[in-house]
Amino acid sequence: MITDTNVTLSRWPFRRLIGDEPAELAARLRKHKVSQAWAGSFDGIFHKDIAGANSRLALDCRRYGDGFLLPFGSVNPKLPDWREDLRRCHEEHRMRGIRLHPNYHAYTLMDPVFAELLKLASARGLIVQLALCMEDERTQHPLMRVPPVDLAPLAGLVNSEPKVRLMLLNCYPQLSLDPLAALASAGNVHFEISMVEGVGGVARLIESVSGKRVLFGSHYPLFYFESALLKVQEAGLSEPHIKAVFAENARRLLSGQDF
Amino acid sequence: MNRRAFIEHSCGSLALAFVQSPSMFPTTSNAPAHIWDLHSHLSHMPGDSAEERTAALLKFADRLGIERLVLSMGFPLHENPAPERLRFENDQVLAALRRWPDRTLGFVYLNPNHAEFSIEEFDRCVRDGPMVGVKLWVARRCNGPELDPIVQRAAAMKAPILQHTWLKVSGNLPGESTPYDVVELARRHPDATIVCGHCGGDWEQGIRVVRATRNVCIELAGSDPSNGFVEMAVRELGAERVVFSSDAGGRSFASQLAKVIGAQIPEAARKLVLGDNLRRLLTPMLTAKGHRL
Repeated sequence: MITDTNVTLSRWPFRRLIGDEPAELAARLRKHKVSQAWAGSFDGIFHKDIAGANSRLALDCRRYGDGFLLPFGSVNPKLPDWREDLRRCHEEHRMRGIRLHPNYHAYTLMDPVFAELLKLASARGLIVQLALCMEDERTQHPLMRVPPVDLAPLAGLVNSEPKVRLMLLNCYPQLSLDPLAALASAGNVHFEISMVEGVGGVARLIESVSGKRVLFGSHYPLFYFESALLKVQEAGLSEPHIKAVFAENARRLLSGQDF
Repeated sequence: MNRRAFIEHSCGSLALAFVQSPSMFPTTSNAPAHIWDLHSHLSHMPGDSAEERTAALLKFADRLGIERLVLSMGFPLHENPAPERLRFENDQVLAALRRWPDRTLGFVYLNPNHAEFSIEEFDRCVRDGPMVGVKLWVARRCNGPELDPIVQRAAAMKAPILQHTWLKVSGNLPGESTPYDVVELARRHPDATIVCGHCGGDWEQGIRVVRATRNVCIELAGSDPSNGFVEMAVRELGAERVVFSSDAGGRSFASQLAKVIGAQIPEAARKLVLGDNLRRLLTPMLTAKGHRL
């Protein structure tokens, strides 16, 4: 069975997607033998009423897949009273983690508010999913151009926050493996595969950051689900590595055993 | 878990019907498509020689049941190669073709900035050699008259032309063509078969740009595996004008193949996209060169 650590509910503003209705998304994931999916929300990227977006996300996850869809709420530390959003994600919605979009929320990882958010989320034992981008920068809407997140400051931050449980989503193709390896060495950082590219890219990522740090993520429904699946196939991994990527690494991260 | 079990477990019967590998082939319980990839490169692969790099490409292609790779350009990549460099890179591809004549095909890399030499190189590699098409990259936009002799030569032999295109919101390279340029070229040469490389990258625009120009096909390579790409292409162009390709080794075979395997399209359309269309485009050249189809 598969744990998909990167799916997203609601609507992508620029395209209708097969699977952008939660019931359909859950059904399609189940058809692919996904047993658990960690779900963020497109609304959490674009809406200012992020508390409302997180409530809908939690409700949809309960309604369409209680225990199957795990909600990862959005926190935008540039919004007023964002700490309350973090509290609600944890205490009211019982979320296991949060998802951040620094580039869409207009802050860099150098911003002190990011360090504070990492610290507060870590203190609550939340997994922090950091989405580096959502789509190829070259094909974005001309009025909505958003460059990917610059990872350069992250290793230092991770090093100074030993309780952090961080996961990078959408490791875009232009990222070289060296900074990812440095991050893996710096602390408890995990990586999902949806945007890892190049022939045999997943195998190279595993060589760089270790097989325990790589998690299955499809970026569905923005991407075809089959892309991530076939990347694992293309990588030619051993059976233990396949099991680790498909589910065991995610289970360990979720349970806190990675820590 | 073997390959067959993996795919069956993960993709279900839909993908199983299309993804094959030597260890799974032939299978009697499925009717696997013969997957041909229009667009692979030797760059971004490990190895010091064309043969080593092609061996690596084929190892990964085998895992996904890709039967044939059309190779073009050598390594390292040159955006505006001089004649001697063109010859060098085409020789690299020729070396791969000699080693794997049943698994690889070649498109000759030409540069319209050296039009006269490009014609000579076409004759060496296609007319008198084993290559079956033309690859044009980013040396010069393809709407100019410098392209005409090259296109006329290719059209006379019914050799398809794969022209790289992008529509980058961040701006194209100075010599980088767009789908609009391809349409301009194709309308001047209605007898030529031109493949709009990458469908302009921004496929929602690229499909619309080429839609009315019937001698232009699109290929799928080199962009994100965005959900909906192949559905829109088949809807707007017809499945016969959509060709699977990867842009490996810069892209994975997996992400590009997923565009077709994951698409909600009829199975007959999927089979066309995965290989039948490319075989149809190449039939005159393959027949002329004695390939069995």
